[in-house]
Amino acid sequence: MTEKYNMPDERGHFGPYGGMFVGETLMLPIQELNAAYQQYLKDPEFIAELDADLTHYVGRPSPLYHAERWSRELGGAQIYLKREDLNHTGAHKINNTVGQALLAKRMGKTRIIAETGAGQHGVATATVAARLGLECVIYMGAVDVVRQSLNVYRMKLLGATVVPVESGSKTLKDALNEALRDWVTNVDNTFYIIGTVAGPHPYPAMVRDFQAIIGREAKQQCLDQVGRLPDALVACVGGGSNAIGLFYPFIDDRSVKMIGVEAAGDGVETGRHSAPLCAGRPGVLHGNRTYLMEDDDGEIIETHSISAGLDYPGVGPEHAWLKDTGRAEYVNITDTEALEGFHALTRMEGIIPALESSHAMAYTMKLAPTMKKDEIIIVCLSGRGDKDMQTMAQREGIEL
Amino acid sequence: MSRLTATFEALAKTGRKALIPFITAGDPNPEFTLPLMHAMVEAGVDVIELGVPFSDPMADGPVIQRASERALDYKMSLRRVLAIATEFRKTNQQTPVVLMGYVNPIEAMGYEDFANAAQRAEIDGVLTVDLPPEEAEECVSLLKARDIDPIFLLAPNSTDERIKKMDAAGSGYLYYVSLKGVTGAGHLNVVDVEAKLKQIKTNTRLPVAVGFGVKDAQTAKTVAGLGDGVVVGSALISKIEANLDDPERAKREIVDLLVAMRQAMDN
Repeated sequence: MTEKYNMPDERGHFGPYGGMFVGETLMLPIQELNAAYQQYLKDPEFIAELDADLTHYVGRPSPLYHAERWSRELGGAQIYLKREDLNHTGAHKINNTVGQALLAKRMGKTRIIAETGAGQHGVATATVAARLGLECVIYMGAVDVVRQSLNVYRMKLLGATVVPVESGSKTLKDALNEALRDWVTNVDNTFYIIGTVAGPHPYPAMVRDFQAIIGREAKQQCLDQVGRLPDALVACVGGGSNAIGLFYPFIDDRSVKMIGVEAAGDGVETGRHSAPLCAGRPGVLHGNRTYLMEDDDGEIIETHSISAGLDYPGVGPEHAWLKDTGRAEYVNITDTEALEGFHALTRMEGIIPALESSHAMAYTMKLAPTMKKDEIIIVCLSGRGDKDMQTMAQREGIEL
Repeated sequence: MSRLTATFEALAKTGRKALIPFITAGDPNPEFTLPLMHAMVEAGVDVIELGVPFSDPMADGPVIQRASERALDYKMSLRRVLAIATEFRKTNQQTPVVLMGYVNPIEAMGYEDFANAAQRAEIDGVLTVDLPPEEAEECVSLLKARDIDPIFLLAPNSTDERIKKMDAAGSGYLYYVSLKGVTGAGHLNVVDVEAKLKQIKTNTRLPVAVGFGVKDAQTAKTVAGLGDGVVVGSALISKIEANLDDPERAKREIVDLLVAMRQAMDN
């Protein structure tokens, strides 16, 4: 295949996936957003401002770190960690919120809303809103508010209003529903910063483009440090923004394997999981067509994962497309395996990963030993684990 | 001529406007819906919008969200809603029934299977909140081939271009959502609605039903003066919610409200 990858099409389709499945009130706002995005994407001033923010505020470039001890221990491929955990606010989420907030400012919006699962995107949004002096409302499932209380407190410190969402399963999907309802109601002054590569067009493409800095840097760093491209990329996939950010700049490099790791919760065979690509089927939710976890009647079913950030019944439409075309492979890791990944990285490298990222670590532990010692895996360490101390302590029966 | 077109034409001849109740099928229980549909016809409604419950009703406010949740607790599904509509048709051949909901249950059934099932159930129209004309081509052509009207929504921010697009893709009627926001929210601004309807009417030949913000006989009368039909939803479902221990009483209150609306609209 020599044709250059060029997705999505004008109306936001990745093959049969993606699109703009929204009610009429949102049609105009998303078209306006798309027009503004296309305009500023080519505006050197906007790009310069974004680059400056990424350098001086976010702290980019993030290191590509050779986890030598862990690689040796596993006895296979050389593992390199893309250190998104070292960004300001502790995860990759801020790459996107910085970009969208700049866009909001250019569009003259005074109010920012967002949904959040683990709270990382909420914190990253509240952070940029505080910096720009914009009103900020974060929707968060009531269940997540409890299990990520530290991040709730951080958002409040940053001046955001956190609204616990009590409808449905009270997790990320319900927070997204509520944020969409807010947007429909306050569309004139409000900018909705979606945190992942889902939602109606242009969000999946726009969030990808803002996150693609992960992959662009990683590619250059790998060439600089090793002198060649990696053999495999590994990243966790909930909505899939850190994964697409890492994968996207490598899509045309056919020698590079791309592996997305979904959350298997108690195990895919139990039905209690969050792995739509591995065990779901295509449908329409939150403005796009993609793989979903649903019952036979098309009702969305509850998801399960130890990590709030992966607890989502859908996945970015571009991942659906990459799966169907075979360009990327999607696997899954259970809660228990993720905890092994969490402990391994912590003990072997002195880096405490987020539970979301721990899924990628756990899969790396399976993959690396099957590869040769001169082969290279780049794993996206999408966030740091500080936010998960409570969950971990609780799980291991320790009182803090 | 479709049952919907015939209904709107007959009303226009007598200078009356369509009264269109929306209820969520299966709320508060699956047995309640069929008798309620017949009772609403007795009360003088012209078209029934039957809500298909969905787990993630993004365009709906808390009242209809809770109605969906109550119905889903009984495992109400698109198939079962179609079964209710089939039963209704056995004794009522006149009143058009429009299914209103979200696209995913239809995707799960498959567009063609759904269109066939809707035809067998003698459904008259299908309104899918999150399926704009841009994404609806396949679904629309399958429905139209079976004489089922695809109904599209218009919003306060719809442009001339989009109204024309709905006019081309839709049939039966267009549904003007007179407020930005979710169902059951806010108050009606008559001047704004009037101005918008004027713009809509210059861009479509279809009848226009107006919804969102219709709460009582007075607002129904006001809205009837503006469009070709009046949709009332959350106000009815609130009656169900206020009488969960006594659905019969909810039915009586719904009928009373609809009778009052009918009288106010016709006078």
